[in-house]
Amino acid sequence: MKEKKRTGWLEKNGNDDRGPGTGSDPGEGEKKIRIPEGLWIKCNHCRQIVYRKEVDRSGKVCPKCNYHFPITLDERLEQLADPGTFEEFAAEVVSSDPLHFSDSQRYVDRLRSAQKKTGLDDAIRVGECSIMSIPSVLGVFSFHFMGGSMGSVVGEKVVRAADKALEKRRPLILVTASGGARMQEGIFSLMQMARTSAAVGSLKKAGLPYLTVLTDPTFGGVTASFAMLGDVIIAEPRALIGFAGPRVIEQTIRQQLPEGFQRAEFLLEHGFVDMIVARKHLKETLGQLLCHLGARRNSGTLCQGSQTG
Amino acid sequence: MTRKEALVVVERDEPVSATWNRVLLARANDRPTAWDYVQRVCTNFIELHGDRSFRDDPSILAGLASFEGRSVAIVAHFKGKSFKDRVQRNFGMAHPEGYRKALRVMRLAERFGLPIISLIDTPGAYPGIEAEERGQVEAIARNIQEMFEIAVPIVVTIIGEGGSGGALALGVGDKVLMMENSIYSVISPEACAAILWNDPAMSADAAASLHLTAQHLRTLAIVDEIIPEPEGGAQKDLSKMSQALKASLLKAFEEIDAIPREELLARRYAKFHEMVRFRLLS
Ligand SMILES: [Zn+2]
Repeated sequence: MKEKKRTGWLEKNGNDDRGPGTGSDPGEGEKKIRIPEGLWIKCNHCRQIVYRKEVDRSGKVCPKCNYHFPITLDERLEQLADPGTFEEFAAEVVSSDPLHFSDSQRYVDRLRSAQKKTGLDDAIRVGECSIMSIPSVLGVFSFHFMGGSMGSVVGEKVVRAADKALEKRRPLILVTASGGARMQEGIFSLMQMARTSAAVGSLKKAGLPYLTVLTDPTFGGVTASFAMLGDVIIAEPRALIGFAGPRVIEQTIRQQLPEGFQRAEFLLEHGFVDMIVARKHLKETLGQLLCHLGARRNSGTLCQGSQTG
Repeated sequence: MTRKEALVVVERDEPVSATWNRVLLARANDRPTAWDYVQRVCTNFIELHGDRSFRDDPSILAGLASFEGRSVAIVAHFKGKSFKDRVQRNFGMAHPEGYRKALRVMRLAERFGLPIISLIDTPGAYPGIEAEERGQVEAIARNIQEMFEIAVPIVVTIIGEGGSGGALALGVGDKVLMMENSIYSVISPEACAAILWNDPAMSADAAASLHLTAQHLRTLAIVDEIIPEPEGGAQKDLSKMSQALKASLLKAFEEIDAIPREELLARRYAKFHEMVRFRLLS
């Protein structure tokens, strides 16, 4: 039987040539992911020249075609957390290279260069913040850090975020972007699927809302665990979301994939995400959902059934 | 929370070629399948079919059986026997409905207080158009999460290939056993070599680096017990292998029976919670 490269999606998918909306090249640094300077810029998708300020105003979205430019982890935090409220925790958790992994490059060197490029310690940051004045626990992935891959550190931070939500009785919101499991941590990466799924399961029992936002791209072990377990699952427009990467599937079945396959719209149509929300409405939508699900405002008041978001 | 560093440095205790030989043994066409073991370890096996939603996935074998004087539920990956059978069973690569069938039978077992025997043998979850359309990710995620909530003893045994998320979808339990020449990995060595080395010829090195053998995984505390195989592999003496599996399952269930039932799920959670290695910056 031909070898099926099932998880071959990891880390390389940013360069997928199937068109726009496939995430940025993970080879570019988090700090460097900037739309080129100048008053006018060219959209990656529709190729039209658009006014930069207009793109920035809508959270890095093309005004002509609604293409969502890739944004950095910090930009995402800025868009979702109420100003000045994000307080990171678990920042001290860093990789120990448990398998002493070395391929064409040592894992520790890959980590170091990803850290240098992105200014991040690993592929996720978690913290407490307010979202629309609702005290929450928020975790955001960076696809630019080793393809947003999940190893022990990402798994542990997700688990700690769930623990923090439980302890403080706050909702948990996770914004994903990941190629899947981090190969260099072998079985420990696989086991993070179990640990994270179990941890967010505790929120269910405690009656705390758990929302996930799947951004471009979200694949493999991250999708097949906590990302698909949200009480409400939101996707960004055109985001690629799935288990196996498109090229892996094409190699397996030796057929062209249908247009729009694994896009957010495809998942919505097949019933696997609740809604597709444009970036500029994301924060407001999260706030409204949290209110409906019984979250409390900073003032301690319930906003369930309220007229305004 | 306790500080978890790289506690043990796993030394290469065998040459790369020996690890690769285990990979080949784990995947061999004549390696005994879940069906072979169910026939020999249990009696009165009654197969149950279907996920009650879409179809019956023959990649997954599920049912009820007698095991050493008690009734149990079986969930297993089934690669098939003859070539035709293997094709029909998609080489043990399940679609979402396969995982959903397994979950349905496990929930049935829970309702009637039956312990669960899970046998793992899959290259992985099937990567295909329909699998994605029907929610491969959702099915795997749900199984993993719900296996932490199923309040009856679960013993997981990797009998051949433990391929990534597709294996883990049947892989949460109170005890995790591995046959001596079985493998369990986050990615196939071939795919790992292609991605990280850019050279599929490095598959054996990738296999060794991934620490996918029973011996490595026992050292890393992922696996509770290694079930010894006959000289040359499980296929050399199926009845002896089945006896060894039966003895290990029996021992595992006895140990789980000693756990107060109300602590079972908390212990299961704690067991997997330990499966992480990181360092804390001071
Ligand atoms: Zn555009």
